[in-house]
Amino acid sequence: MSDLTQRDLAPASLRVRPARSLYAGNARAVMFRGWRATRSTNWLVMVSGFFEPIFYLLAMGIGLGTLVGDVSTEGGQVVPYAAFIAPALLAVAAMNGAIYDSTWNVFFKMQFARLYEGMLSTSLGPLDVALGEIMLALLRGALYAVGFQIVMQALGLNLSWWALLALPAVLLIAFGFASVGMAITSYMKTFQQMDWISFVMLPMFLFSATFYPITVYPQWLQYVIQALPLWHGVELVRGLTTGAVDWGMLWHVLYYAVMIAIGLVFTTKRLRALFLD
Amino acid sequence: MSEVRRSRSAAEGDAYRDPSAMDAASDVTRAALAAGRNPRRWGAWYVAEHRFRVMRSYTGTVVVAGIGSPLLYLYALGVGLATIVDGSVGAEPVGGVSYLVFVAPALLASAAVTVAGEEFTYPIMLGYKWNPTFSGMHAAPIRPQQVADGVILSVAVRMLVNAVLFFALMLVFGAVPAATGFLAIASAVLTGLAFGAVLMAYTSTLEEDTGQLAMVMRFVVLPMTLFSGTFFPLTVFPIWLQPIGWISPLWHGTELARVFTYGYPEPIWLTVVHVAYLVAMFAVGWVWARRIAVRRLRK
Amino acid sequence: MSQPVIVARDLVKRYGEFAAVDGISFEVAPGESFGLLGPNGAGKSTTMRMVGAVSTRTAGDLTILGLDPDRFGPEIRSQLGVVPQADNLDTELRVRENLLVYGRYFGLPRKLVAERADELLAFAQLEDKGKAKVDSLSGGMKRRLTIARALVNDPRVLLLDEPTTGLDPQARHILWDRLFRLKEQGTTLLLTTHYMDEAEQLCDRLVVVDKGTIMAEGTPAALIRRYSSREVLEMRFGSDRNADVAGRLAGIGDRLEVLPDRILVYSENGEAELERITGAGLHPITSLVRRSSLEDVFLRLTGRSLIE
Ligand SMILES: Nc1ncnc2c1ncn2[C@@H]1O[C@H](COP(=O)(O)OP(=O)(O)O)[C@@H](O)[C@H]1O
Ligand SMILES: [Mg+2]
Repeated sequence: MSDLTQRDLAPASLRVRPARSLYAGNARAVMFRGWRATRSTNWLVMVSGFFEPIFYLLAMGIGLGTLVGDVSTEGGQVVPYAAFIAPALLAVAAMNGAIYDSTWNVFFKMQFARLYEGMLSTSLGPLDVALGEIMLALLRGALYAVGFQIVMQALGLNLSWWALLALPAVLLIAFGFASVGMAITSYMKTFQQMDWISFVMLPMFLFSATFYPITVYPQWLQYVIQALPLWHGVELVRGLTTGAVDWGMLWHVLYYAVMIAIGLVFTTKRLRALFLD
Repeated sequence: MSEVRRSRSAAEGDAYRDPSAMDAASDVTRAALAAGRNPRRWGAWYVAEHRFRVMRSYTGTVVVAGIGSPLLYLYALGVGLATIVDGSVGAEPVGGVSYLVFVAPALLASAAVTVAGEEFTYPIMLGYKWNPTFSGMHAAPIRPQQVADGVILSVAVRMLVNAVLFFALMLVFGAVPAATGFLAIASAVLTGLAFGAVLMAYTSTLEEDTGQLAMVMRFVVLPMTLFSGTFFPLTVFPIWLQPIGWISPLWHGTELARVFTYGYPEPIWLTVVHVAYLVAMFAVGWVWARRIAVRRLRK
Repeated sequence: MSQPVIVARDLVKRYGEFAAVDGISFEVAPGESFGLLGPNGAGKSTTMRMVGAVSTRTAGDLTILGLDPDRFGPEIRSQLGVVPQADNLDTELRVRENLLVYGRYFGLPRKLVAERADELLAFAQLEDKGKAKVDSLSGGMKRRLTIARALVNDPRVLLLDEPTTGLDPQARHILWDRLFRLKEQGTTLLLTTHYMDEAEQLCDRLVVVDKGTIMAEGTPAALIRRYSSREVLEMRFGSDRNADVAGRLAGIGDRLEVLPDRILVYSENGEAELERITGAGLHPITSLVRRSSLEDVFLRLTGRSLIE
């Protein structure tokens, strides 16, 4: 309390924080630490994450595919069911990985390991920490995505050369979710609150044109789904792997660019408020 | 505090004054024997009471998840996915019923498995190690076996609540044509416990979680959910892959639930096998979990 | 004379080949306050867990309240209050809930437990913390809550495993005060500690334990009288000179202990010894005369300090 008033009384010039206190240009150090920690503790768990979308692809794409046959995409293209859901699973995997890394992992480090407190007492700034963590999540996401795409290629589910661009698209999606996820996590206090994140992710996962086109829903529900981030990710990746590319896809890209910006702004603000003020 | 203490010393005092009273030691011993009676009989229930109190702190999540996720799954798969499944293949695709009716009992059984996955992993690690409440119970007059029993009992109750909610929503969606449908609630709880007891026993053996639980989720729970005849009949696989389903408790539970909810045609002996398999698995897991509890708590 | 509450005879606990407790015997009378004093790893906690009927003994006889813990675990535990070395309060529950839930483990009626919970919160000076989260308590408060929890069944015997280790001096004194009241009310206390001052404050009688065996037994005063002198002179000459100086101190005091950082001279009159030493031209950097303590008893018996 008295802290606040003192700060308010201080001359404005003293209150301006130099940019350096936000960002020391050393996100690499944070990534390095994360990499060491992963390597020494649970790399097996990390590698195993690759199998999750594969299981889904085999079960739903191939197993369920025998019941479904072909489906038509948003653009009216008729594709085998496996080719329909594979890009969606890729986008979902990007979301899940990014959310896991940026929420549970970060939450644990913030609340229990007090890791960030230590990091921020060095020359590192909050933006270094945020970017470092996010980059690490992206690195991991990229590994999964490459693996998954190889499987897709082997199963003949990449229908076009545009599919090569799916990798950067996946990173974009992961970046978007990671930065927003981290921003939200920085406001969380208990494990119970963390559970709510799953409640938001489950409907997104089920409804965002992942397993079937959203045209089966009433119009209003379609609008709701289209407002949510995962739908944009699914459509973007699906457009690329099926080769149905058009300029309209830039809207999806823009959506993620905005997500990233908002997420980073809030994360940085929050980390500074928590640990530096 | 002092009140309570006085009452006891008064009782002892009387015993001392009475020349015919037995000597103090055997008096004390008798008091101990009397006080041990309740915990010996009801210990498991006391442990369950503790679990309920803890669960109460996340009632919000339990209720929202208990109603929300069945709603989402039933709508997304039973209605959304059903549109393309029922629409694409002209002939009745799965066992002569709509996809909604086909998939709903499977979702019910998987929901119980999901509860098992939540309640028999981290809470067990917590109780043995991270916040060793199980040692606390054991330092009180609760026996290790009762700790295991109580945890299982409390989870069974939570599963039952979830299954009833789920079943009510299935009725709302019109996914239960047969009158025997309510029996699927029991089969779901049995499925969850069969898998859960084994999972609990396994978790109890872990001194440290270095990712084993995540691996179990990834390589056991997820594949089980996907490949147990849940979203499509096991028969779409070649015959040599189908045994994977047979060992899965979820497959047995799902088939059993289908028999109850829409009279899925299968020979009666197979139905008996489903029940026997689930009961046996539960029994093995339960006995094993009790053994580990004794070993760990009585070190 | 009423029968002892605890009788241990040649008690042994082995983990594999290693004997954590290697044949110890003692008896505790009703209302007595009995201590196990020893360094880390002496086997104190292991003994406590056997007495607490949560750990099965490998060999020897053990009777608690006239019962064998192997057969009557729940019955024995119904009469004990246990304060383990590491708090195992339930962090998923609030402070008062911890007491309520724990009371239920003993099969006590809810209403009675609720009444006791309030009394015990008062006893532990935690009245206004009833609704607080356990994690928000300080170390001393957690310890008091653990003790309150151990009292919820109105136990005949209270087992305290290092009740004040890790607490600051003020918190320790509050705790000692609470334990003193219990002692006055006639509760039998069995406690372990590696603090000699704690043992001196709280124990009527104690055993000194090292490497799973008993080195000595008696009241604190008797042990000091038997194994140490009245006073101790502590001197520091600087770590590189201690050994050198020690060689020149032969014949001074009753006994000499040379530790890496200081020299102890045992004597009936410490000041007189100090004068003799300075008279001989030896000038310690610091010097201190104090009364002998259990620490000195332990040093005498084992050649090591209690706290390394
Ligand atoms: N569960 C166990 N398994 C193996 N060794 C143990 C176990 N518990 C204690 N010990 C060993 O027994 C010895 C005595 O331990 P403990 O009774 O905790 O000592 P204290 O409480 O006096 O510090 C120590 O060397 C310890 O490592
Ligand atoms: Mg100890």
